[in-house]
Amino acid sequence: MKSTKDKSDGYLKCSFTSSRRDFLTGTARAACGMSLLGLGLGLYSEVGKTHPANTLRPPGARADEEEFLGRCVRCGLCVRACPYDCLRLAEFGEPTATGTPYFIAEEFPCYMCPDIPCVKACPTGALDPKLTDIKDARMGVARVVGTDRCLNYWFNHRCLACTTICPVRGKAITLEKEIWVKSDGTKQLRFIPTVNDEHCTGCGMCEKNCPMARYGGGAAIKVLPLSIVKREDQRYHRRFTPEEQKAIETKAKAKTL
Amino acid sequence: MWRRVVAVRDLMFTNKWLLLRRASQITIPVLFLLGPWYGIWFVKGNLASSLILDTVPLTDPFIVLQSLASGHIPETTALVGVAIVILFYVFVGGRVYCSWLCPINLVTDAAEWLRRRMNISTQWHFLKRSIRWWILVTVIVMSAITGTIVWEFVNPITMLNRGLLYGMGVTWILILAIFLFDLFIARRGWCGYLCPVGVFYGFLGRVSIVRVRAKKRHLCDDCGDCFVTCPEPHVITPALDRAEHGVGPVILSGDCTNCGRCIDVCHADVFAVSSRFHNALPQITQESAQQVADIHAGSENTIT
Ligand code: SF4
Ligand code: SF4
Ligand code: SF4
Repeated sequence: MKSTKDKSDGYLKCSFTSSRRDFLTGTARAACGMSLLGLGLGLYSEVGKTHPANTLRPPGARADEEEFLGRCVRCGLCVRACPYDCLRLAEFGEPTATGTPYFIAEEFPCYMCPDIPCVKACPTGALDPKLTDIKDARMGVARVVGTDRCLNYWFNHRCLACTTICPVRGKAITLEKEIWVKSDGTKQLRFIPTVNDEHCTGCGMCEKNCPMARYGGGAAIKVLPLSIVKREDQRYHRRFTPEEQKAIETKAKAKTL
Repeated sequence: MWRRVVAVRDLMFTNKWLLLRRASQITIPVLFLLGPWYGIWFVKGNLASSLILDTVPLTDPFIVLQSLASGHIPETTALVGVAIVILFYVFVGGRVYCSWLCPINLVTDAAEWLRRRMNISTQWHFLKRSIRWWILVTVIVMSAITGTIVWEFVNPITMLNRGLLYGMGVTWILILAIFLFDLFIARRGWCGYLCPVGVFYGFLGRVSIVRVRAKKRHLCDDCGDCFVTCPEPHVITPALDRAEHGVGPVILSGDCTNCGRCIDVCHADVFAVSSRFHNALPQITQESAQQVADIHAGSENTIT
C-alpha cells in the first residue's frame, strides 16, 4: 500500500481540526490576522493618497487622487508613450504611491504634445480619455512662490522668461503693471508675473525655465498640485466644456438649496 | 536525489522543463527591455498591463478585479486586455503565471534550492494553505473600502517587474524578506501560503485545458522525488496515488502551477503534459501489469 506520508518529508501532514473549539479558535485567529492585514493595507494606501507637492500627475490624471489610484494599474504605458521622457514611475520607497506615474516640473516639465500620447496610451482611463485638447489639461497650477527671488519683484528687472516660454502664451501667465508703494513712502514701478488659473495647464514650463531655478536657489515660480491650491470642489483634471460647467453649477446650486 | 533520474536520462533532458521555464522567465523582461535599450518596441508596459506590437493589449485580471471592487470601470482597452489574458490562462493553466512569468518565482526557487542544499528544515505548522485565500478576500474587501487598488501598494511581483523595467528603489528589501522567509521560515512559504495573486490564477487553473497527467502512474515506485520538488505537493497525491479509489490520472487542482518539474525529476517517466480531458482510468493490460511487477520487485534492491 502506498502512503503519502512517507513520501512527503513531513510537510504534507493534513491538519484536520478535531473539535469544534479548534475550529472556532482557528477561525478567530484567521479573522484577527486578516483584520490586522486589512488595517495595515488600508493605512498604507491612505498614506499613499498624498504625494509630495513637487510631483505632478500626467495630463488628464483624475484630480481625485483616490479615483486615480483606483484606476491606475501602474503599467507605465504613459511613461513609454511620452516622447520627451518626462514621466516616470514612482519606485518603492518614494513618497509617491509605488509605481504610479509623475513628473517633476523643475527637472522635466510636460511639453504639452498636441496629440497627448500619454493619455492615448493609458489602458484604464486613469488618464481621462475625454481630455482631447491638451490646453484643457489641469496638471496643477503655477504660482509665484519665490517672491524673494523673482527678478520682477525685487530687482526692477523686466524678466520675460516665464511669460514667453509659456505654451499658452499671453493667456496663462501675463506681466501686470503695478505701482509698488513701499513702507517708507517711495514708489516703484514693477511688472508682476500673474497666473490666470483659467488657462494655466500646470505644464511646468515656466518653472523649468525660470532663471532662478539654476542661479537663485530654486525657481521663483512653481507649479503646485491642485490639492494644495484649490478647494476640493474646484479640483478638476481638465477644463470642462461650457455644458459640463453649467451642469456642475446647477448641481451645486441644487445642493445648497 | 537526482541520482535516480540522471541514471536514466542525460542531463539536458533531465532539466528540460526547468530550462524552458527559466528561458521564459528571462525572456519576458528582456522583451520588455528591448524597447528602452535598443528601440525595438515589441512590447511596452509591464506585467500589470502591456501592449504587444502597438496593437494587442494585455491586462492583469487580478489588478482589474481590485479596480472594479474599488468602484471604477476601466476603459475598453483594459477590459479587452483582461479577456485575452483570461482566455490564455484558461488554456495553458492558471498558475502558469506563477511558474513561467512571475519574477518572484526565481527568488523563491533560489531560496528553495538553497534550503535543500543547506538542509534547513522549515515546518511551520502555524501556517495553513488557506491563509492565502483569506488574504485574497481581504485584498478585495480593502480595495472596496479604500477605493484604491490596494494590493499594488505592496505587490512584490509587479514591484520587482517594474523595478527591472523602470527603476528598483528599495524593492530589494521586500525581495530579500521573501527570500529569507522561504529559506528559514516556511518551505515555499510566500507562494504556497501567502500570495493572493497565485490563488487568483489558481481559480483559472481549475478549468484550464493543459494539465500535467500521471500518465504511467502504475510505474511509480514511491521514490518521492516529485513530492520533494513540487512547489504544491498536495496536488500530486490524488492523481498519482488514488487509482484504487477511481481517481483519474490528471492533476486537476488549480494549485498546480504547470511548472513541469515532476516530469523532469521522475525517473520512471510517470508524468506528461496532457489535457484535462484525458482523465479516464487507463485499462490495465497484461503487459503493464507485468511491468509493474518488475518495477516493484526491482525497486527493493536498486533504489534506496
Ligand atoms: S503631453 Fe506629451 S510631454 Fe506632456 S506628459 Fe504627455 S506625453 Fe509627456
Ligand atoms: S498608462 Fe494609465 S494605468 Fe498605466 S501607469 Fe500610466 S496612468 Fe497608470
Ligand atoms: S505652468 Fe507655467 S508655462 Fe505651463 S501653462 Fe501654466 S503658466 Fe504657462
